[in-house]
Amino acid sequence: MNLWYTLVSVLPFSWAEPGAMLFMKNALLAVIVISPLYGLMSTMVVTSRMSFFSDALGHSAFTGIAIGTLCGLIDPLWAAVPLAAVIAILFTVVRRRSNMASDTIIGVFSSAMVALGIFIATMGGQSFTKFNSLLIGDILSIAPKQIALLAVILLLVVLVWLGAYNRILLASVYPVLADSRDFHTFRYDALFSVAVAVVVTVSMTWVGLLVINSLLVLPAAAARCVSRNVRQYHLSSVLYSLVCGIAGLLTSYYIGSSAGACITLFLAVVFILSFCLRRKRQ
Amino acid sequence: MTHPNLHGGRPGDGCTGACCLKISDLSVTIGESTILHDVNLHLHCGEICALIGPNGAGKSTLFRAILGQIPHGGSITFELAGGTHIGPRIGYVPQTPTFGPGDPVSVFDLFSVSVSRYPVFLPTPKALRHRVEHCLERVHGEALIDKRVGALSGGELQRVLLAMALEPLPRILILDEPMSGVDIEGMKLLMDMLDDIRSHYDLSILISTHDFSMLERYADKVLLLKHTVLRSGPPDVVLSSPEFNAAFHLNEGRGPVS
Repeated sequence: MNLWYTLVSVLPFSWAEPGAMLFMKNALLAVIVISPLYGLMSTMVVTSRMSFFSDALGHSAFTGIAIGTLCGLIDPLWAAVPLAAVIAILFTVVRRRSNMASDTIIGVFSSAMVALGIFIATMGGQSFTKFNSLLIGDILSIAPKQIALLAVILLLVVLVWLGAYNRILLASVYPVLADSRDFHTFRYDALFSVAVAVVVTVSMTWVGLLVINSLLVLPAAAARCVSRNVRQYHLSSVLYSLVCGIAGLLTSYYIGSSAGACITLFLAVVFILSFCLRRKRQ
Repeated sequence: MTHPNLHGGRPGDGCTGACCLKISDLSVTIGESTILHDVNLHLHCGEICALIGPNGAGKSTLFRAILGQIPHGGSITFELAGGTHIGPRIGYVPQTPTFGPGDPVSVFDLFSVSVSRYPVFLPTPKALRHRVEHCLERVHGEALIDKRVGALSGGELQRVLLAMALEPLPRILILDEPMSGVDIEGMKLLMDMLDDIRSHYDLSILISTHDFSMLERYADKVLLLKHTVLRSGPPDVVLSSPEFNAAFHLNEGRGPVS
């Protein structure tokens, strides 16, 4: 961390001076770690039409944290991550086994999970207030240890991407061929769903349940407008995510509003610009 | 109409001695209903066999059984020229799937994720690009390589999917209604290509279609399927048979109970 604090002190901001405002420096590092992660996953979330799936996972992550708190865990994440992973696999199974449209199944899961979460959180007349921070998120409260956890997750996702992206993509856009080649489409669908579940759950505390989904949808939605192949798509999605992440954090520092909301607004502007600028693609 | 086989065996006496696909007494039951029963088929390398039959006759089911995607009764074996049994590699062109019209996935991307594990989002190695170009040349589609899959016409998409099914080179090529959504010109182009492929590469082609105009010219064998094989043989024989008339015109719906 000291290396990072030294590095960041060259920046021309008042908070970047040595020894001051460590929370802001932590938050900046967190954003730099987490944005490429969202940029990467976003491409696949949008391509496999799972925009609302990640939203539903946010809800089940909330429920998981409520359960974790109920059980008296020091870090409720230990309950939330496995629960979200189980939900992700269940969702993949139900989607394959039934002929219902994805959005219906997502609706069923999402509403059931959030109801369960609120039920547990308010059981015995408890106040819901202590969960408010989950809705908005607070990136400024992130500690170096948690940044390290995010970095590990980024590394894992990059490894999954290097090893399995081709198969995940084929299973998503052309499942019939993937099946005819024995590519285990279910395994790759489930792998991707679980990865989304883990990322959403772990980062929810800092980004906030209400906006987390937008970070997983907007970068790729904007990138789609200007890309013609998978390489351009990834590059622009990661770039948008990173640039908007940093810009959003800095804006929130000077204006004093929620970082998650600022980042999302920047992404929305980028989306609108990309949409207007989209060239006639071949 | 038997295509001169490529292994020097004796043509015309049932089995030419060339490598062949043998399907014996195949049946498929899903839940309570019998989709297929007593299906027999004998197909040699270099042959084009057309599968015809009304909708719901079980054509796609037969393909899925051959692909090993659904459980079936009876046997499906593949024999090399010497009589050795192997699990053949099968190339499959499904009924034209729909790709998201806006997806930023190029023909190269789609192709390379199906033949290579090299992450497609990284810069493209030259060798891989050449390989894909070479494969697309087989279907005269090298110009399509950088187009987005969602922007291809029906005929172009068909050719790209065919090129994908041919890499790696299969023993059996299965095309499920490749004529739907393709105009007459495209159809002729496709059939000429298949004709070319079966004589250049050592493979059998199984094709299902609702278009009978191409059969006499291109197919060696026609199989009239409606839950079982109603009639099989050379195209002219099957197309003029009473079974063909019954299945398609005269007593629609009064065939074998489904």
